[in-house]
Amino acid sequence: MHAIQVQGLTKRYGDVTAVDGVTFGVAPGRTLGLLGGNGAGKTTTIAMLLGLLIPTAGSIRILGHDMARDRFAALARMNFSSPYIALPSRLSVAENLRVYGHLYGVRGLEARISELAAQLDLTDLLGRPAGNLSAGQKTRVALAKSLINRPDVLLLDEPTASLDPDTGDMVRSWLERYRRESGCTILLASHNMAEVERLCDSVLMLKQGRIVDSGSPPELLDRYGRDDLEQVFLDIARRGAVAA
Amino acid sequence: MTGVALRGPLRRIWGLMYRHLALYRRSWPRLLELMYWPVLQMCIWGFTASFLVGRAGGAAVATASALLGGVLLWEVALRSQMGVAISFLEELWSRNLGHVFVSPIRPWEMVSALIGISVLRMLTGVLPAILLAFLLYAFNLFDMGPVVVLFFANLMIMGWWVAFGVVSLILRHGAGAEALAWSVLFGLTPFSAVFYPVSVLPAAVQPIALALPSSHVFEGMRAALSGVVRWDHLAWAIGLNAVWMAAGIWLFAGQFRQARLRGALLSIGE
Repeated sequence: MHAIQVQGLTKRYGDVTAVDGVTFGVAPGRTLGLLGGNGAGKTTTIAMLLGLLIPTAGSIRILGHDMARDRFAALARMNFSSPYIALPSRLSVAENLRVYGHLYGVRGLEARISELAAQLDLTDLLGRPAGNLSAGQKTRVALAKSLINRPDVLLLDEPTASLDPDTGDMVRSWLERYRRESGCTILLASHNMAEVERLCDSVLMLKQGRIVDSGSPPELLDRYGRDDLEQVFLDIARRGAVAA
Repeated sequence: MTGVALRGPLRRIWGLMYRHLALYRRSWPRLLELMYWPVLQMCIWGFTASFLVGRAGGAAVATASALLGGVLLWEVALRSQMGVAISFLEELWSRNLGHVFVSPIRPWEMVSALIGISVLRMLTGVLPAILLAFLLYAFNLFDMGPVVVLFFANLMIMGWWVAFGVVSLILRHGAGAEALAWSVLFGLTPFSAVFYPVSVLPAAVQPIALALPSSHVFEGMRAALSGVVRWDHLAWAIGLNAVWMAAGIWLFAGQFRQARLRGALLSIGE
């Protein structure tokens, strides 16, 4: 059984089709990358997976739960991080993590906060207001929030956007290790091709709301005769996909 | 605040309440703002009442009591409404709604948390004003007897359903509707018979007033100040609150679903 199973997912706003009949599955413990230009439908797809957006058509099952009928059971075992959604800036890092620990019903919350703080190098920041942190520190706090409930499914929307190369690499290394150790299933939307190549077992290429190609990073490189995913991305964006 | 051993819905409700309590602990201007208006209102109307009694003598005592009772009880409705609406706006201002809505908190648990915070905010704002009325003007709101608790409860409930209407408009129209969080209940003041009986209003307006639980509460308060408990007015207030509360929650649920259809939960704030 797939950890994430999406069938014919469609979202229309009036005459505009943001996501058009997308079907895919992610096996437990695997990482899937969603790639595509601006407006390709990545964020809309993630919003539907999270229940923030009701699809026009199609179905979503996460960890065996139908998101149309039973989304709260799935949400308790999922989490999400995006640089575009903030945490309350006046609350300290520890208070923010405590809020989400309560919302997700985390047992041994204070120990979990200490554990995440140690792993993500946040211990010295726990008492600081979240609004006073640098972009890199905020990203690590957001990541800690997204891991507070030890999620079985983690959705990440551009997790290293606006980070310097060193911090971005630290976050990527940490995500690799976390997935290896926890068996978590990850869905990652990113514009950073090197990141997708490094973290993802398979990739969906989205364009105008449709999947135009898919495969593992080596398969895509081979199919397009390219050396890196950025060149594949540009090929698809400018010329369209080759027949798979 | 960290050693809470709650499970399931109560834990999630506490989580959202903790978020707001932590905010107030770190922001004394917010805390001061809660008490500022009720205390200021009490001062203005308290001096006015003292002036009236000084000029008209004992005959004005009942009027002065009705004024002070009206000011204090109307603040209960105002603070309760703002407690829900502004707590929701705090999530919007901090761009945190997306995280809250993808957590396992159910809409009814969120509503319960907002109501819980509203009660705490209202008590923080109104209790100092009640104390001030007693110390400065020798007016004891609780002289009306235990019925005052029912007045409190009905006005709190009215504040909540008005707030759910405001939150629904914010979900529909974004932060452009946020000014309603401060102003909407003031607009109902003339129809709520806070300082005068419903009979003073023009005949055409009286049905509007009688459709509001607040007008029945204040009619009941004036009767209670003269030692009579008007159960008929209380029954009307309770019944009307039940109807309006159901309408407010229906509207909120409908607009929440519409926001999920339109994708507004991620983009709300403009």
